[in-house]
Amino acid sequence: MCLAMPALVTELLDGDMARVDLGGARQTISLALVSDVEPGDYVIIHVGYALTRLDAAEAAKTLALFSELAAAAP
Amino acid sequence: MKYVDEFRDGDVAQALARAIAAEADPARSYHLMEFCGGHTHAIARYGLEDLLPRQIRLIHGPGCPVCVLPVGRIDAAIQLAKNPEVTLCTYGDMMRVPGSKGVSLLKAKADGADIRMVHSTLDALKLAQTHPDRRIVFFAIGFETTTPPTAVAIVQARAAGLTNFFVFCNHVLTPSAISNILESPDVRQLGTVKLDGFIGPAHVSTVIGSAPYDYFAQEYRRPVVIAGFEPLDVLQAVRMLVRQINQGRHGVENEFARAVTPEGNAKAKALVASVFELRKWFEWRGLGRVPYSGLKIKAEFAAFDAERRWTIPQDSPPDPKSCECGAILRGVKRPADCRLFGHACTPETPIGSCMVSAEGACAAYWTYGRFRSQP
Ligand code: SF4
Repeated sequence: MCLAMPALVTELLDGDMARVDLGGARQTISLALVSDVEPGDYVIIHVGYALTRLDAAEAAKTLALFSELAAAAP
Repeated sequence: MKYVDEFRDGDVAQALARAIAAEADPARSYHLMEFCGGHTHAIARYGLEDLLPRQIRLIHGPGCPVCVLPVGRIDAAIQLAKNPEVTLCTYGDMMRVPGSKGVSLLKAKADGADIRMVHSTLDALKLAQTHPDRRIVFFAIGFETTTPPTAVAIVQARAAGLTNFFVFCNHVLTPSAISNILESPDVRQLGTVKLDGFIGPAHVSTVIGSAPYDYFAQEYRRPVVIAGFEPLDVLQAVRMLVRQINQGRHGVENEFARAVTPEGNAKAKALVASVFELRKWFEWRGLGRVPYSGLKIKAEFAAFDAERRWTIPQDSPPDPKSCECGAILRGVKRPADCRLFGHACTPETPIGSCMVSAEGACAAYWTYGRFRSQP
């Protein structure tokens, strides 16, 4: 129910709508709950709406922490 | 899939598990409650409990909106749907939840009621536009993630001048439920549930932000770490909680910084505040009446409120006999403690709501075969 997925915004459409690519599947979703989203941004999609933009820099930081840990492992 | 696969890497999971094992003090126990069903699902699906040292216990909380909706509200939705002029729409998960007497929306539909499954509130709005002769009632449930989409639909219905679109509002609030658990006799007096920290909601927090958890981290002196729904997110959050507990801290930390900020989504919050207001109380399955834990539609939008348009029965029939959903949602029992689990009650023939939604503890345990007995 609360599951949501990161999707790539590919095209802005009329009426606050956008086309997104969700792991290869194309969908039309609403941008009514977010502002300043551009094609190329990742957003988190839930029940047909973008809930928030995904912060690529923060994601990279978390992943860097993980790879450091994996590299340090014996 | 980008931003998904990287957070499911098995080698990193092993490294995280080793780091947790190294940091967890063998002389103490760590009882961590994941509030959200999304986390419960990830924990069962990836077998995360098996990766953790014995002294870390994950307790599954009430954070599945399908699971916490009391039977009476399902009965009410079915009664609404029986109105000849009504088309009732709802999300797929709701369709199979048994009401009292075992009747679900799916069953009511088979018996002739006009009930449709929708993927989005926009689908429900579209139905109202294309069927002006029908009264479209959206059976709205969910936490802070699902509430803003309902608010958008109401605002858009008003803008479009629709007079045949209604919302049967059952939206509930996460922070009040967490406080309620911490205040409960199970945790406070009886000590039947030991809770040392919380894994905080992922998508709920994208909307409300991390700030609302500050209050109870301080008030109840329990650390909270907000985590994404992927397995590495959950493991990293466990590690951060272990660290805080070891150091005697109880702050709010954010593992899901790629999507959650302290203030959350201001636009979504403002929209919700303009359409909804607090109910004095709302009934939750397992928790009973929780003060100020639910939302209703403001008077300004009364024309779209199904509860004002129709008389909705307010009775609260008991849960099915022998179903332990209530205790499971409070963290007092685990799915395998229920006598019906896997026998009379399976995802194909659910008796309680915890067996219906993929995020329900019983369904998650059953689907991924994790019913090993806990020490
Ligand atoms: S197994 Fe079924 S009957 Fe038992 S607690 Fe879970 S949902 Fe309820």
